[in-house]
Amino acid sequence: MKPDLELYDYWPYEGRPKITWPNGAKVAFWVAPNIEFYELDPPVNPLRKAWPRPSPDVLMAASRDYGNRAGHRRVMDVMDKYNVRGSVSLNIGLIDHHPELIEEAKERDWEFFSHGIYNTRYSYEMDETQERAILEDSLESVMNATGQKLAGYLAPALTHTERTIDLLAEYGFLYSCDLFQDDMPQPINVKSGRLISMPYSLEINDIIVYNAYLGTPRRYGQMIKDQFDQLLLEGEDCGTVMCIPLHAYAVGHPHRIRGFEEALEYITGHAKEDVWVATGREIAEYYYENYYDACAADIAARKGG
Amino acid sequence: MTLDKSYLEYPNRRQGMDHDLYDFSMLDRRKPVAWPNGAKMAIWVSYSLEYFPLDQPSKPFKVPGGMVTPYPDLRHYTTRDYGNRVGIQRIWKVLDKHGIKASAAVNSKVAERYPYLIDKINARGDEILGHGVDMGKVHHGGMDDAEEQALIKESLDVLRKTSGQAVTGWWSPGKSESWNTGKHLTANGVDYSCDWGNDDMPYQMNEAAGNIWAMPHGDEVWDRTIIMDKKHNEEEFCEQVEDAFTVLNGETDQYGGRVLSIILTPYIMGQHYRIKYLDQILGWIMAQDGVWSANGAEILSAFKEQA
Repeated sequence: MKPDLELYDYWPYEGRPKITWPNGAKVAFWVAPNIEFYELDPPVNPLRKAWPRPSPDVLMAASRDYGNRAGHRRVMDVMDKYNVRGSVSLNIGLIDHHPELIEEAKERDWEFFSHGIYNTRYSYEMDETQERAILEDSLESVMNATGQKLAGYLAPALTHTERTIDLLAEYGFLYSCDLFQDDMPQPINVKSGRLISMPYSLEINDIIVYNAYLGTPRRYGQMIKDQFDQLLLEGEDCGTVMCIPLHAYAVGHPHRIRGFEEALEYITGHAKEDVWVATGREIAEYYYENYYDACAADIAARKGG
Repeated sequence: MTLDKSYLEYPNRRQGMDHDLYDFSMLDRRKPVAWPNGAKMAIWVSYSLEYFPLDQPSKPFKVPGGMVTPYPDLRHYTTRDYGNRVGIQRIWKVLDKHGIKASAAVNSKVAERYPYLIDKINARGDEILGHGVDMGKVHHGGMDDAEEQALIKESLDVLRKTSGQAVTGWWSPGKSESWNTGKHLTANGVDYSCDWGNDDMPYQMNEAAGNIWAMPHGDEVWDRTIIMDKKHNEEEFCEQVEDAFTVLNGETDQYGGRVLSIILTPYIMGQHYRIKYLDQILGWIMAQDGVWSANGAEILSAFKEQA
């Protein structure tokens, strides 16, 4: 083990090259529905159990399945209502299990990014060949099912190895959602190619708010609005990125969807000169084209200060 | 460092579920159902009457509400018992006030120890659900099959004998099942399970699960989850009940009748400082147009007539 993987350099939030998003927007806004498949009886990873109870953990597995059967419809309907295209954090195995959901997302021109094969298979203890197999499976499966070349990655259940980030760059991914050090994209130090960290969120992520912060559904909506207001303000100095990560098995319940809907109505009610509603890939591509080089140079010149 | 090669093999990676207990089905693609008398919303209130033995095991997992401190945990034992003595009376009064008939999940040990409760349930006309023997005897994967069959038989025999009810619904202690629970339940005359919280409507499981019906009785709109686990207060619990009703009711025009399951725990929602909020929210719901208060068996029966 190492004290720091040195994936990125320290880069203070103030004084960076100014980012302006399309139409002069101050916030690039994206929504990332996690469309996940949790196995009822997965093999056991030595470092993490999938379920707290012996298989079949009916309580937990059923709660996850709720998202695909029932909650998905509500999440997608709200996003349709406010014209927000999703960037799907996809457990790749779900392409085989539930092609119905994939078709609905394709019809809406949503982006897919990889979230591993299953949310019950973790990267811990994988050797390099095994981790490559996950990425190659992801790239091939998404291309076959959707015609999209994967651009983004979020490790399954946020389980990583020391080599995960380097492998993403090697395989041509554009962005990683695995790093939470900033509210703007940042060039990442990789062995080959290029990669940026894309602001995702473990703050206004529905699971974190409900299960870690124990927030109420209505409070969740208010938190999203408050985060947006702050990033809009700061985005006048330098463009920010805001992501709402969602799980249909959580936010898609009848007692929870309202807070999210109110927040989406609020954010999309802003002018296009304030907020750019985009996908992860679109934000990454715009950043590479316009700001990657200047930001990388600034990071190098500031040498951490 | 490497994982066994089976960790990257996916023998059940195929269309549908990765097991044969039930088939995948998207809620919004199903045929709409109509509830009796043109109702849009079936309001299914259920509550649990439970016995937590002081010497209950914490393996293979601690049942929700189970004992916490070293033996003897009189603190939690008596707190749970408060619900069976005091809390349930407050809940019954609120249900009576609003004309709500409910489903009562009862450990068979409760029926043996407190026959008074069975008499009261029968007098109210509430449906009794099998709820295992007691909260120290959970069903779980890997348990001895004969032991599980004996638990199911004991629970149902006692409840049927003491109540005279058919007892066709079942809610496992802690909503925990083994791979065989469904099959054993239907072999013992049970028609539906409350353990599978993966849907908003009833659906029938496959032969591997005994062809039992899964009722929409998840762990979400439940005082245990919202108040004890999520630490939300009673007003926030009621807000969530209201929002759930509003959203489901709003879907009925497009998708047909829906079920709102509200799950109550007498030692939680039956507390003095909480009960008035339950009174308010149930009063609000029952004053809405197109609501039908029904127990689980009634909802399932109406559903099956159209399935």
